[in-house]
Order: sequence, then C-alpha cells, then structure tokens
Amino acid sequence: MSLDAAFDEPAFVPYLAVGDPGYDASLRYVEAVAEGGADVVELGLPFSEPIAEGSTIQSAIVRALEAGMTPDRYFEFVSELDVGVPLVCMTYYNLVYQYGDEAGPRPFVERAAEVGVDGFVIPDLPAEEAGPLRAACDAFGLDLVFIVAPTTEGERLDRMREFVSGYVYVQARLGTTGAREEVSEYTERSLARIADWDVPKAVGFGIKTGGHAERIVSAGADGVIVGSALVDIVADGHENGDPTGAVADRLEQKARELKQGALDGAPPRPGRR
Amino acid sequence: MATERFDEFGGRHVPEPLEEPLEELAAGFEAAIESEEFWAEFEHLLEHYGGRPTPVFRADTLSERYDADIYLKHEDLLHGGAHKLNNTLGQGLLAKRAGKNRLIAETGAGQHGTATAMVGALLDLDTTVYMGRQDIQRQEMNVFRMRLLGAEVQAVTRGNEGLAEAVDAALEDLVANTEQTHYLVGSAVGPDPFPRMVREFQSVIGREAREQIQELHGDLPEACVACVGGGSNSLGLFTAFRDDDVAFYGAEPGGKGVDSGRHSAPLSASDEVEIFQGMRTKVIDEDTENHSVSAGLDYPSVGPEHAAMQASGRAEYHAVTDEEAMAAFRELSESEGIIPAFEPSHAIALALELAESGEHDSLLVNLCGRGDKDMRTAAEQFDLTPSS
Repeated sequence: MSLDAAFDEPAFVPYLAVGDPGYDASLRYVEAVAEGGADVVELGLPFSEPIAEGSTIQSAIVRALEAGMTPDRYFEFVSELDVGVPLVCMTYYNLVYQYGDEAGPRPFVERAAEVGVDGFVIPDLPAEEAGPLRAACDAFGLDLVFIVAPTTEGERLDRMREFVSGYVYVQARLGTTGAREEVSEYTERSLARIADWDVPKAVGFGIKTGGHAERIVSAGADGVIVGSALVDIVADGHENGDPTGAVADRLEQKARELKQGALDGAPPRPGRR
Repeated sequence: MATERFDEFGGRHVPEPLEEPLEELAAGFEAAIESEEFWAEFEHLLEHYGGRPTPVFRADTLSERYDADIYLKHEDLLHGGAHKLNNTLGQGLLAKRAGKNRLIAETGAGQHGTATAMVGALLDLDTTVYMGRQDIQRQEMNVFRMRLLGAEVQAVTRGNEGLAEAVDAALEDLVANTEQTHYLVGSAVGPDPFPRMVREFQSVIGREAREQIQELHGDLPEACVACVGGGSNSLGLFTAFRDDDVAFYGAEPGGKGVDSGRHSAPLSASDEVEIFQGMRTKVIDEDTENHSVSAGLDYPSVGPEHAAMQASGRAEYHAVTDEEAMAAFRELSESEGIIPAFEPSHAIALALELAESGEHDSLLVNLCGRGDKDMRTAAEQFDLTPSS
C-alpha cells in the first residue's frame, strides 16, 4: 500500500510497540487504533537498546521483550494483521542489519515486504549510512521515512531529502503549556525548513489530545504521529489488570479523538496533495 | 563534516537529535587539538594536577623468572589511581572551551564516574553521573567519592539497572540539555567522535612510554600488552607505536573461559558484528552472558578501532580468564610489591604467558590502574581475612 496516499486527508498515525504487553493483546490494540481511524500504523519492533525513545516507549519495549517478542515473532504478527491501512516498521538498525544469513539490510527488508510491511522508520540510521537500506527498499518497493529533528539542518537535511519516501517524520518538542499559539509556532517553525519537500509531513510533538492534533494540522502538518499517549493507555491497563477488551475500547476512543482532531484542523486548502 | 571510521567499523549510528551535538563536538575537538593554548593547558594539568609523566619500571623479579625484559607503564600512579584522568581532563577542558557548564557521564563500577567528578570539581563544572541502581549498591565506596567531589549520582532504575542503561540515560539527558551539557564518555567507544577523541587524550601514555623505554632498554620493546574492555588504555599505549615494528596484544576478559558462555571477549571469542551504542563493532554473541571478575572490563562490546586492528592483523587479542588474571594479580603483588587493579592483571597474565612461551624477549605492559578498589574481592578469594 502506498504510504503517501494515506495523507490525502489529514492523517492520524499511531505508534504501538508490538507485543506490548503480550502478543494477543497487542494484536487487539493495533486493530483498535486502526478501527478508531488510523491512516497508517507505526509498529515498533522492540530492540533492547532503544536510545531514541522516552521512558514511556522504553517501558513498552521492555514489556514486549519480556513477553518474548523477537523479529521473527514480529513478522508473524504483521502477517496475521488485517487492518486495511499501510504499516510502517519502526525499529533500530542493528536488528535490520543483523537479520538473516547475509550481512546488510536486504534479508530483513525482503521478509518485511513478504509479510506486508510498507515502509520503515529507523531512528538510529543516519542518512549518511542509509544507502544500503534505501537500495533494499527500492528493490522490494518499500518506503523509507526519515526523522527530521529541530536541529536537523544543512548537509544532513539534504541527504534525508535525497533518500526519503512515504512521508517525513517531523519531530519537534512541545513547549510546556501546549497552548494554541505555542503549538502553532513550533509546528510552523519545524515545517518551514522542509516546506518544499514533495512528501507528506507528519508531525510528532508529544501529542496527547484531539486539540493538539487539530492545532498541528491547522498549522500546516499533513498528519500527526502519536505514540506515548496511546502507550500510556496500554501501560495503565496492564498495571491495573484491566481486560484486553476494555483497554482496546479506550484505545479506539482515543484514536477517534485524535483522528477527529486532525480532520478538524484541516483548513480548506485548494490544491493540497 | 565527515564521520571518522575505522575501516568498516565505527561510524555514528545515533538518533537524529544527537547528530547536531556530536557534529559540534567533533568540530570543537578538531579545533582544540590544533590549538597550542589547549595543549598548554592540558599538559600543564596532566603534569601538575595528574602527576605526569608516570614512570616506566622494569619488573626485575618477573623479568628474571620469565627470562624476558618486562616493563610496566605505571598509569596506576596517575592521580585517581588509573588512566581515566587523562581522558576526563582532556574532555573537561574541551567542554570548557565549548562554553558548557555541565558534565554528564555514565559509569559502571564508578571509576570513570569518579574521574569525571574530580575534573568537574577542578574545572567548576556541574557534574551528574548516571549509574545503574545495581551498580550503586555494589560500588558504594565510589558513590561516596563522587558525592564528596560534588557530583550528583543519578540512579538508573530501568531495564537491568546496569552500564548499558546508564549510557541510555546519559544520552537522553544530552538530547534534552545539549546547549549547556558535555557528555564525557569514558572509553574509546560509542559514536564518532568519541572513539578518536578518547584515543587522542589517552595517547599521552604511549608517547611517554616510547621515550622512556628506549632510555631504559636501549630499544623499542618487541611487544606492547594492555587489557581491553572498551579499549581506551590499550589505544593510549599502542598509538605511539603504530608505525613501529612492535607487536600489539590486547588481553580481553575471558571470564569463566570462552567456552563457558560467561565472558566479555568479543574480539577473541565472537564473530558477531553489530550496531551497538552508536557504533558498528564486534559484540559477544547472543548466548554469552557478559561477565568478568573485573568490573572495568565487563563490557559486551569493544571500541571500533580495536575491531579494525584485529581485522587488519595489526593487533592480536587473547582472552584471559578470571582465574589467570587473579593469579597474575597475586604474582605481581608478591614479586614486585605492586598491587594492580584486576583490569591490568589480565594484561600481566598475557605478558607472562608470551614471555614464557619465548614469543617475545621484551614486553611493555600498561599497568593502567591500582588494585585498592579490588581488595574486598581479593580478600575473599585469597583468604586474607583473619576470621576466615
């Protein structure tokens, strides 16, 4: 499935760690966020040294690893999913590089393509090192998403632009209050540097509510990426021993709120991609 | 700016928010090592604060016993009791030059954390040391030292509560506080520019030793021997001899033996190459439990320059077991009146083996730290307490 087509209207892109807190519950949770309106789902493949993540996602990864998640289980999981939206594998380059008999990313990409992954986000892969993975993605028709941080500029920005496809993940830091003006200002500033890129721009800010999603889209984003707010629901449910169905309902409800927020933020923009 | 690599090893595999601070650090480092003013200050502190130069000593009893000239580079006499200060002073000055007012560091056993806290106190930089909660309980004395030196010791409670998690916590702190913070990495590991920067600051060891041994021995040694955990003291010794006809030997922590599944010897006992903590390098294989009697060597990976030196054949790496290291620890103590740390005891053991086999007639060993910190374990191992 094509990733950029998922951004035809303001997109909601949830992230969940696969296997958190267990395989079967995790399947239900991914289905729930898709049911709630996800346009793309980022499926985290747990890695033991997740240096790019905050503590919420790190804890999710630990829960998933403790429950036995591995790359092969992950691929089985993805092949079992039937959610009707594109799937992006978010993981660390070590797992990609190490998979299979042959050195390099090709065996991992091939297997991912077989089970229905549509693209990758690899937070610790600098664009400078991304040539082999880009080539493997091209060979199997997959997209490669890059993360643009508030500090990404110059040569690194140019290299990402050369390699990116699907969408670009714009990472910025939400100020302390989350107030309307502040969100707009941060979003606009983050998007300004990549305004002329021809891929959709999805923004992740530590978005927690439909209101945040609305503001970010109205400030010019093509979509919102939400991880921690959803993982928090999984974590709370796990800690309280809530039934899987109840947690799934909460996730679906949160997803609806975020998707609606994104839609509400859409300004009437003629000629929008 | 290009990332420096060691053949196919090394690189800078980090999340995008860390790229900018690392590029800035690389630029600051490159400018500093071209600056006479920087070197003047660094060398002044190494001499007057650190106590450099440290001597090279011929171990006469061992030399006679093993029928070879065995020399020891006395890094255990550096202020703080180990080679760690060379690096923390260099990076501390670099942080000052960059206008940072805060140091952060990871520590396992607490040695690097202590050397960082010393420099933080000396240079008036706020210092936070991340340490796994398990390690804090095991290494109480170093926690007291760091606190006395004015550093804040942050307990890391995630995951296995060890060194790897402490690194993660420090990296997150760096991302959040880039402007004012320098991350003072403790060994020649991690993403570029750390491996080459730590090597540069440690290479004073070999520069001194190369002159000293020629004076004492009348020639270069046939071999240099050092222990390798992350690999900073060994690179510190080897680098000055790189273009000489001198063999390099790294002593890796072989733990309970490389066939026991409990060791920390990625070079001599594993074929796995991974991307680990920002670098491409060798790691112990999946089924191996990371273990060494020496808290300063039980790192599941190794600096990328060592992986490259092994691949090119410039250096050889041998696993030395806990037991062999403990025997060398005792032998050096008894024969020369020098109590080494467990880390260089691995290097001593390897050097004695090389001498005994007749492989080399003259060897220079980096005695990278003193053994005070290891006395509790030694007392248990050798029944040194009167009550036992």
